[in-house]
Amino acid sequence: MPHDHSDHPHALLPPDPALRVKALETILTEKGLIDPAALEEIIDTYQNRIGPQNGARVVAKAWNDPDFKAALLADAGPVLAELGYYGRQGEHMVVVENTPVLHNMVVCTLCSCYPWPLLGIPPGWYKSDAYRARAVREPRKVLAEFGVTLPKEAAVRVWDSTAEVRYLVLPMRPEGAEDLSEAELAALVTRDSMIGTGLAKVPGEAPA
Amino acid sequence: MSECAEVSAPEPVFAEPWHAQVFALTVHLNESGRFSWGDWVERFSATLKRHGLSRELDGGEDYFRAWLETLEMFLAEDGAASRAEAEVMRSRWEEAYLSTPHGAPVHLRG
Repeated sequence: MPHDHSDHPHALLPPDPALRVKALETILTEKGLIDPAALEEIIDTYQNRIGPQNGARVVAKAWNDPDFKAALLADAGPVLAELGYYGRQGEHMVVVENTPVLHNMVVCTLCSCYPWPLLGIPPGWYKSDAYRARAVREPRKVLAEFGVTLPKEAAVRVWDSTAEVRYLVLPMRPEGAEDLSEAELAALVTRDSMIGTGLAKVPGEAPA
Repeated sequence: MSECAEVSAPEPVFAEPWHAQVFALTVHLNESGRFSWGDWVERFSATLKRHGLSRELDGGEDYFRAWLETLEMFLAEDGAASRAEAEVMRSRWEEAYLSTPHGAPVHLRG
């Protein structure tokens, strides 16, 4: 091993891209173009405070409250803003509802536009060429690889996100979830179910 | 929701610290008005497309390498950080790491 900890003479050299990022940060800080504290805040927000639990809360509320759901589907922006979720990049949020005859699935063929405020940072597979290319071309096959088999009568609609419009899937409420509280419902809502590559968990199902 | 987080053992949001740093840097520059998010997406997707021609990108490390390359080009073009400045500063950081004893905080030399 070239890097043995015990007799390391100098600080461990970070990989090349890490040095390049540090270089940009230093240059921009010295020129007064960025605020290092703001960078810390952004990292902390995405690492600790924003994630699929936000989207799950919205889905659970929609399952529980028909008026909220109607408003969410009609124009998600104001409804989400009221809950404190808004796009930092000023993007529009659109919520699409799964039904027994329609399954929605979200992709970004361009890069990886994603509803950050509701789901956080996208998983690696969402950003991969394979998913980006195949979700549109052969969605049923991709769904099958995620372990999702839909009834024959269900159509699949794939939504292509952009810088301006981000989609969130409102998954179907699972059977047997009638008497659950909103917090219990939220625990059934997985990240993948809100991208459309999964379904909500059934109550009592072992955690994924 | 805390119990829920424990059960689902989430994968790390960023696999490497520099992924988080380059992401935050870009979001911050956008929010402080350096560029619009639409402009960013246009450039970034062009880089991904170019990289994706030669091999299939897996959405991990290669994704953030494309991200970094896009940001470097963007900042070089708009004059905020030229190629030459970036290269010099990168070398200074490398030198700082190589000349700092293991375990000590790494600082740039004046």
